[in-house]
Amino acid sequence: MMTNQGNRLTQGQFSYLPELTDKQISAQIEYALGKNWALGVEYTDDPHPRNTYWEMYGNPMFDLKDASAILTEVNACRKTFPNHYIRVTAFDATQGVESVQMSYIVNRPKTEPGFGLTRQEIGGRQIQYTVHSYATDKPEGERY
Amino acid sequence: MSNSSIPGVRAETSVTTAAQPLDAPVALGQARSVGEVLAQSQVEDVIAELDRDLVGLAPVKARIRDIAALLVIDKLRINLGLVSESPSLHMNFVGNPGTGKTSVAMRMAQILHRLGYVRKGHLVAVTRDDLVGQYIGHTAPKTKEVLKKAMGGVLFIDEAYYLYRPENERDYGQEAIEILLQVMENQRDDLVVILAGYKDRMDTFFESNPGMSSRVAHHLDFPDYSVDELVQISQKMLTQQNYVFAPDADAVFQRYLGLRVQQPHFANARSVRNALDRARLRQASRLFADRDRQLSVDDLRTLTASDFAASRVFHQADVRSDE
Repeated sequence: MMTNQGNRLTQGQFSYLPELTDKQISAQIEYALGKNWALGVEYTDDPHPRNTYWEMYGNPMFDLKDASAILTEVNACRKTFPNHYIRVTAFDATQGVESVQMSYIVNRPKTEPGFGLTRQEIGGRQIQYTVHSYATDKPEGERY
Repeated sequence: MSNSSIPGVRAETSVTTAAQPLDAPVALGQARSVGEVLAQSQVEDVIAELDRDLVGLAPVKARIRDIAALLVIDKLRINLGLVSESPSLHMNFVGNPGTGKTSVAMRMAQILHRLGYVRKGHLVAVTRDDLVGQYIGHTAPKTKEVLKKAMGGVLFIDEAYYLYRPENERDYGQEAIEILLQVMENQRDDLVVILAGYKDRMDTFFESNPGMSSRVAHHLDFPDYSVDELVQISQKMLTQQNYVFAPDADAVFQRYLGLRVQQPHFANARSVRNALDRARLRQASRLFADRDRQLSVDDLRTLTASDFAASRVFHQADVRSDE
């Protein structure tokens, strides 16, 4: 029973919407800048939902004030890794919060193989379940 | 309004929409005349402030007024459905030292932001060292970082001609220029670049880089100040620092300026500032000599004629006239 046709990764914000256009991404970046959050760009090719820490594409851009500069970075990352998942995160550094406030995927590989359910039988015929990403059957760099 | 269809509600709203009160501002989207647009934007304040704060600099003020006028007319055009590109705003400031190039560039970022031409209005001031790297592969990321920081505002490149060093083949200035040219053309809406430098060297720079010359639409000349303008500038500087001229000091300072402008290495406003600082030193020494005198506000604030007359400019003039 398929609830997610095409295996679109639904991690982060806006993941159920169609792909964000550059203009929409700019608007989101402007919103984060208005709140003084630091924006960062991250990429990965391992789509598992427990993969929290993606590779960082450069440092978080604390010193940039304008959305067009950050969009340049995003597009540079897209050009370098056209077939990886790329996301933009916004980090709120205020005391007591110190956590990521926004995170949305801006680039996906052309085909996403999806996930399968792995059942492991342990002692006493008990079953433990986990989710396994078909993309990770291949080694890094050859997945998409 | 369909309020009259709701039972119990009388159609009172129709009365108020019939006659507009006379002093209600016309919505910006409905404006048809320059006055209506000006009433709702900061353009006039910006121009007035500029006239007040900058002494002289007629070509600069005229150009800013033109840009402001274009902004207002653009709004009227948009209201009538005529859409056009925003103009290229890259500028080149040429003039002698101390004529206000850096100060005006700082204000330009603010002005363009208030006129609505740049998004954030911050200024990033760089010289050659911030753009050019020391080894192969160093320049491009350095320049791109600076450009990213400046996006949404103004990039001010002081002494821009140092970027181009044709005699040294291991110089990476040309690479920085190429990157600048690309961004100046393709991301015109995101960034305004202001170059500054001395006239003869900037002319050589533009001759050897025709691409740069064609991208810079506004070449603004910063003329040397006249003696009257320098006196005005000195008045402003003194007021800012809570000093006043004694009644006779005014004339002595004017005489001083008349002699100083003819001497070599005159740096306009900067020389005036140096002269005022030296006068302050002499005033301090003069007051320092009298240990027991109770000093009033006037004593501490006033620069007397003797504080200026002690300048060696006068002595040199006397020596020359003796010969």
